[in-house]
Amino acid sequence: MSGFRTLLYKEILRFWKVLVQTVGAPVLTALLYLLIFSHVLEEHVQVYPGVSYTAFLMPGLIMMSVLQNAFANSSSSLIQSKITGNIVFVLLPPLSYLEFFMAYLIAALVRGFTVGLGVLLVGLFFADIEMRYPLWILAFALSSGAVFACMGIMAGIWANQYDNLAAVQNFLIMPLTFLSGVFYSIHSLPDFWQGVSHFNPVFYMIDGFRYGFFGQGDVDPWLSLAVVTPFVVLLSGLTLMMLKSGYKLRH
Amino acid sequence: MAAAVRLRGLHKRFPRVHALRGIDLEIAEGEFFALLGPNGAGKTTLISILAGLTRATDGSVSIMGFDVARQYRQARRALGVVPQELVYDPFFTVRETLRLQSGYFGLRRNDAWIDELLANLGLADKADTYTRLLSGGMKRRVLVAQALVHKPPVIVLDEPTAGVDVELRQSLWHFIRRLNRDGHTILLTTHYLEEAETLCERVAMLKEGRLVALDRTENLLRGGGGRRLVLELDVTELPASLRPRLTGRDGARFILDLPDYGDLEAILASLRQAGVGVCDMALGQADLEEVFLKIMHGVGHDTPEQA
Repeated sequence: MSGFRTLLYKEILRFWKVLVQTVGAPVLTALLYLLIFSHVLEEHVQVYPGVSYTAFLMPGLIMMSVLQNAFANSSSSLIQSKITGNIVFVLLPPLSYLEFFMAYLIAALVRGFTVGLGVLLVGLFFADIEMRYPLWILAFALSSGAVFACMGIMAGIWANQYDNLAAVQNFLIMPLTFLSGVFYSIHSLPDFWQGVSHFNPVFYMIDGFRYGFFGQGDVDPWLSLAVVTPFVVLLSGLTLMMLKSGYKLRH
Repeated sequence: MAAAVRLRGLHKRFPRVHALRGIDLEIAEGEFFALLGPNGAGKTTLISILAGLTRATDGSVSIMGFDVARQYRQARRALGVVPQELVYDPFFTVRETLRLQSGYFGLRRNDAWIDELLANLGLADKADTYTRLLSGGMKRRVLVAQALVHKPPVIVLDEPTAGVDVELRQSLWHFIRRLNRDGHTILLTTHYLEEAETLCERVAMLKEGRLVALDRTENLLRGGGGRRLVLELDVTELPASLRPRLTGRDGARFILDLPDYGDLEAILASLRQAGVGVCDMALGQADLEEVFLKIMHGVGHDTPEQA
């Protein structure tokens, strides 16, 4: 247990030491989205009755930040350790693959939540945000963050260099999060794209999360949870299998 | 005595290379042991398997009686590895690095031992410096300290002195010798054969994944040609009576076999008899480097190859 605790502590300390990059920068990015989109759309768009566009945008931005940073934390930590070679420091001690998994997973969630909280705090200056169902908020933040943390672990282990990781980030993570209804309700989309959005799991993550704030969403939060939960199970399972096999870590 | 390290029928096949082709080896507790071999012989693969960084294709490996696959926790706790590459974590200071490493091994309050390690490795004044800011030699010392945080009974040093200055080499060996005297088993790989010769009681040589020599250092040295006499004469031909002893020539110098110092008298007598004058004379012994080259080129050594 103590080995796991140390690895978790190290993973948190790692991003904590460069807080400006790891938390400050993504909060600033979210703030820029918030300023630009709310400036352009505040007067023109009202998605849900009684909810301003800026308020509508906030949960989407928070969730996007949680997801992207959970992914970034585990993936960049692993690729850095692999490239610099210091991954041996955690491979030589008697840590089980389960301890390894839990440490990277939880640290990624802590990073995601820290950034998410930062975005929320900044957002409070711009809009009144109610949080009607905190349990839904927490459930979606945890489950969705875990999915992206797992993806980050897998990508970090799979990637041989930073380019590989950038490809995953640019061609998978970015499109998935941007086309998931962060900035709009999918009901505003043409039928075809509405249909496509229903195949994007990130849509359910964001919609369920947003439901927790306003009690309104594009689909029922239970449906969203039913979609997201199997992804948590599937990706945790895959990540654990990968770690157990020693893929690219132990020859 | 119990074996600190035991390898049985160890094979490692990579997709393109059969890196280890059946290694059987036992290193006793408290030994100072050298594993030698040219690049690509399989030394690092063997060490990676001990450390659990690489998995064996076939055969078994145990550290202090613990199987590295089935009882990996105990096996890894018994082993400290100083890796060959100069690796470090840029996010942490020396002390943070050592505290984290202790924690991975389940040691939560380890500062007394960490301070002792820092003092012994000349790192005390660098404790709060970021490892990335240290010189290469200093980083190497941090790696040694990291390998020792959990006081492992078996210590593996994979080419610890590659690119390290003389002073550090001396102080490093001083410290490692002390650990050996305190009962730690040391397994060393190095390209500096004189280090292995002076430090290690027993030597194994690997070639193309096979063990081609395994013996006490002094036996290997003896088997490698023993003592010899180097003569520079005032003639260009060696007297006929001495030719059977001739093992080689080095320019104008004749190298004669000298199994026993007693033979010296007879050799000098033969020279006198032939009326040959001696310009220069030296006694010598084959060093490990010669033995190594001889074995690697597969001539004149009778240690059986292990299949």
